[in-house]
Amino acid sequence: MIKIEKMSPAFDATGQLFDYEAMIHEDKVHQRLYTEPGIFKEEMTKIFGAVWMYLAHESQIPNNNDFVTAKLGLRPLIVVRDGEGVIRALYNRCTHRGATVCREESGSAKSFACPYHGWSYFNSGKLSGVPWPDGYAEEFTDSKYNLAQVPRVESYRGFIFGTLNMDAPSLIDYLGPVAQPIDEWLDRHPGGKVQYAKANKLKFKGNWKLAYDNSADGYHVLFSHRSLLAMENRHEADDKGMSFYKDSPDTAPMYVKYFGNGHHFKDKRPNIEDRPGALWEIEGIFPGMEHYEQKIRETYGDKADRMLDLASSEPVNINVFPNLHILGNHVQVTQPIAFDETDTTWFGTAAIDEDGEFGDGINDINAIRMRTQESFPNFGEVDDLTNFEQIQAGLAGEEDEWVYMHRGLGIEGRIREEDGVFTGPATDEVFMREYMKEYKRLMLATPNIAITREVA
Amino acid sequence: MDAGPDPSTTSFYVTDELYQSLVDDFTGWRAAEREIIDPVFRDSCVRLLNREARYLDEYALEDWIGLYAPECIYWVPASEDGGDPRTEVAITFEDRRRLEDRIFRLRTDNAWSQRPVSRTVRLVSGVEVFSTDEDDIYMLRSAFQTAELQGHDARVWSGWSAHRIVDRGATFEILVKQVNLINYDQNLRNPSIIF
Repeated sequence: MIKIEKMSPAFDATGQLFDYEAMIHEDKVHQRLYTEPGIFKEEMTKIFGAVWMYLAHESQIPNNNDFVTAKLGLRPLIVVRDGEGVIRALYNRCTHRGATVCREESGSAKSFACPYHGWSYFNSGKLSGVPWPDGYAEEFTDSKYNLAQVPRVESYRGFIFGTLNMDAPSLIDYLGPVAQPIDEWLDRHPGGKVQYAKANKLKFKGNWKLAYDNSADGYHVLFSHRSLLAMENRHEADDKGMSFYKDSPDTAPMYVKYFGNGHHFKDKRPNIEDRPGALWEIEGIFPGMEHYEQKIRETYGDKADRMLDLASSEPVNINVFPNLHILGNHVQVTQPIAFDETDTTWFGTAAIDEDGEFGDGINDINAIRMRTQESFPNFGEVDDLTNFEQIQAGLAGEEDEWVYMHRGLGIEGRIREEDGVFTGPATDEVFMREYMKEYKRLMLATPNIAITREVA
Repeated sequence: MDAGPDPSTTSFYVTDELYQSLVDDFTGWRAAEREIIDPVFRDSCVRLLNREARYLDEYALEDWIGLYAPECIYWVPASEDGGDPRTEVAITFEDRRRLEDRIFRLRTDNAWSQRPVSRTVRLVSGVEVFSTDEDDIYMLRSAFQTAELQGHDARVWSGWSAHRIVDRGATFEILVKQVNLINYDQNLRNPSIIF
């Protein structure tokens, strides 16, 4: 294990360390959290290096020797299932002079050879050889020439996480109570799992926290998504999609929860009756809807409602700090690029039916599930991302310092707390206030960062 | 059209058979022996593509969709070869109703990703025309470059399109438009125009 003792301190223009106590308050945060490149640089270690980061999904690397490239903060990684089946997160950086050794997004490979001088590595990260070794005075037996790796990699039900922080708790302890909605989301599928099915890949010119601030926000829906709500309900009934936000979303049964460690959850399921077919009834309009519903009902009878529900969006937003969001049927991953640029990738998911519960019907489920998943990225998310970009633009007014997040704060009885879990109405900003406390704690701490090059 | 279900209000035509024919029709169709070199026919196809580009540039969206068959498909794959839309999400895959929904949304004044409405100019070039196994149905391959001004930001979209069209005698109708962006597998900033 190689411990990284030194943290590069971030200085602002006047040479001071950033004062996170002064920038983060109960009811507001400073605009510089979104606009200051030095703070972003610090976050890439103190947040993205210090907590468990979602890296990839096991369905992307189903077989030994499969790999997919990923990032931990800005660090380029190769997430690989090595020849022994061990999932590793290798630094995609030749030990010799630093070039990336893997330039494909995904594939299958037993080794990686650097295109620059030909140093090559087994997919365990171990150096396999260098060209003309007799030109070196030493043997290449020292592990220091192996690829660096993220020292701790763990999976939770298919979701692969990694952290550089040797003092971080176990992954399951880091997830804590957010594991329960993840379990429920998975367990509605046959076999309790999903596989990725390509992605709607989007980008915005704004800070990554703008996406996290929005991820459990029930306040923006009626305004940001006015055009989508109008579109979804133009045909007939007015109860499609997110219509339960209409009138008074605060008194609807849906709620927002803050779970600790920065994780939060907006649960819209209580708005809907708990019976087969209820999800399908509010699903928006999409290509093939009537044909496939007719086919599934005629062919599968009693199973039809459950099958149609599997093609429908699960009304939850499960947010695992800082970069994983499970919503509808999507797995959305936030990838910072710069202080004012962020990629947001909406992996589509398919249901799989290894036990043959639905026979060929699983193909019908997925044929319509693909179409329901294309709706929000095209007709909803583009409006969110535009608003995030316009926040970034608005925050350029640096004397106008504060971003407020005090909706619900100070109202007696509005927020319930139990064992550190906060529950409030769906439009409440309690999730933002609480995750910002965790953010501040992390930014004031020094994580125990390490990499490893040891290959057993 | 036959008095079947109205494709503006229901979607009975997006079936397993339609998906399979899309996968088949959009594979291996650019065979040299199928190329149509008759200049008059080719020119009429070029005029169709120019007309489509101009309607989109002019934001004449209702005129634009008028170029399409009642049961049409607009498809922007996230895969190099188009992929199989039954097993993977596309950047978008739309039938007539969803296209009309898209236009409806753009006309609401609350589609913030298109406020202000993007100014665009489309260059369509390199048009090739191919026959198919079906009489009166042709495939067009064209390269495009679309300059977009969204707000203060100028951007360029590039790629190539495949149009499956039917010759109705006096006019053509577009059955399917497949748009292949060169950056189909990259993270895209505000892809909210019709390509």
